[in-house]
Amino acid sequence: MSATSVTFAGIDFKNPIVPASGTFGYGHEYEELYPLSRLGGISVKGTTGKLRPGNLPPRIAETPSGMLNSVGLQNPGIDAFIRDELPYLKTKDTVVIANIAGSDENEYREIAEKLDATDVDMIEVNISCPNVKAGGAAFGVSCEGAAQITRIVRSVTSKPVMMKLSPNVTSIADIAKACEAEGADAVSLINTLLGMRIDIRTRRPILHNNVGGLSGPAVFPVAVRMVWQVANAVKIPVCGMGGVSTWEDAVEMMLAGASLIQVGAAIFTDPLAPVKIIEGLEEYTKRENISLTDIVGKVQPW
Amino acid sequence: MKYACLAPIIRKTNIAKGIWDMEILCPDAAREAVPGQFVDILAEGYTLRRPISICGIDRDKGTLRIVFEVRGKGTAVIAQKEVGSSLDIIAPLGHGFDLLDTDKRAVIIGGGIGTPPMVPLAQHYGANASVIFGFRDARAVILKEDIERTGADMILCTDDGTAGRKGFVTDALDEVLKALRPDIIYACGPMVMLRRIAERAAKDDIRCQISLEERMACGVGACLGCACVTKQDDKTVYKHVCKNGPVFDAKEVVFA
Repeated sequence: MSATSVTFAGIDFKNPIVPASGTFGYGHEYEELYPLSRLGGISVKGTTGKLRPGNLPPRIAETPSGMLNSVGLQNPGIDAFIRDELPYLKTKDTVVIANIAGSDENEYREIAEKLDATDVDMIEVNISCPNVKAGGAAFGVSCEGAAQITRIVRSVTSKPVMMKLSPNVTSIADIAKACEAEGADAVSLINTLLGMRIDIRTRRPILHNNVGGLSGPAVFPVAVRMVWQVANAVKIPVCGMGGVSTWEDAVEMMLAGASLIQVGAAIFTDPLAPVKIIEGLEEYTKRENISLTDIVGKVQPW
Repeated sequence: MKYACLAPIIRKTNIAKGIWDMEILCPDAAREAVPGQFVDILAEGYTLRRPISICGIDRDKGTLRIVFEVRGKGTAVIAQKEVGSSLDIIAPLGHGFDLLDTDKRAVIIGGGIGTPPMVPLAQHYGANASVIFGFRDARAVILKEDIERTGADMILCTDDGTAGRKGFVTDALDEVLKALRPDIIYACGPMVMLRRIAERAAKDDIRCQISLEERMACGVGACLGCACVTKQDDKTVYKHVCKNGPVFDAKEVVFA
């Protein structure tokens, strides 16, 4: 075990840095810039039961210290993922986290069953996508919905199950507890915050979907707060994400209670961000003579 | 292969109001770049990079030339960078223009700030190219000398007639097509212009490639943000400007 390695939901990660689902595709595009083996893991593009074309463009809008997206889960479907992408990813010496989304219970069940028969390392269950009309966030905004999807996925797989939570709720800690009670091995948070931009000349929303998910440094303090609240409410491990751009952000998120970190929009600003964060954490642990596991949840609140 | 690097600015010129011409040193990217590809540039303080088309490739010097317009605060940050400082870039990105043999006949059309990526095409075809480029008015005209130097036939148009002839590039295209039948038409510019050119090319059954733009996040094909509506076997398919494009065959693009 190195000073940056972590064990999360029973899986060993060489470091806690994982590109977030939807920001990294299946890794091909970034492999030209650095070996994927440098990464703790990869949370791959969200996968649905069948091919999804995604939303009409524009799908991207810049915001102060961040961005909105309304991609709408464009993906080739679970069979294509298992056939075309997973075998290749499994040769890359990094943890492969599948990310799944459905528009109803049956779709979640079907995808999780299919993944259970593969050698994917972990299943992240998206119950919080703000950009699709059916399903997605609808399940993630109530304890009952979150519990129901957790129960279904849990019943068909022995893989570690990580529920990805929406910040667009009154009490994210209660939703996390509902997932824990149904057997989730971990939770990840936060998905994007629902936002909107309007072009004042055309009086049209910039996004064709009108609204979209806010990410980037703008959401970081919200994410730290929610990770802290959830980590204090559940015993299962917490994967923190939302605006993490530097190694200092990663340390802050870990102090709040995250033992694994996903990096998303920062990759768009700097494709090397995950590697720079890993290097920063390596130097930090050496300088402080600590292991990263020593700092998880060690914020000392007033 | 793409590269992420700090590219020193070795030349910077203001060639029209709000339009900047820079030459940046990035030998790896220059070695592999082809016409129609782009450079994704960090604007410090902003989350999303700015995609800028490549206006010149000098493999011997190891440089790329970019010509861009200040459209907002991000491009203004890039324009303020001085010679000697560096641009944080990822390049070369995207799928460029298909180049035919240099003895083929090409019509190359640029509208406004869509003109820069057409310069390397004019250099490729030289005297076998007809370049049509259009601007609002004389003050907005850029790259005229660069295109003249390629030896291509050149028709300059302005909306108000203050430089070249008065009228739109599409009128000039109609005229050129009366005199000759090109093997290929290339175009970059506003969507309404591209649409008319695509329709005209389809009518005459001439191959046509157009360069598109769309709001972009990753720039490399990972995030699927910069969707473009295309048709394949009568089915609508979202392709992506940063990876499948920016250059598309006009007949596959569905215009909104």
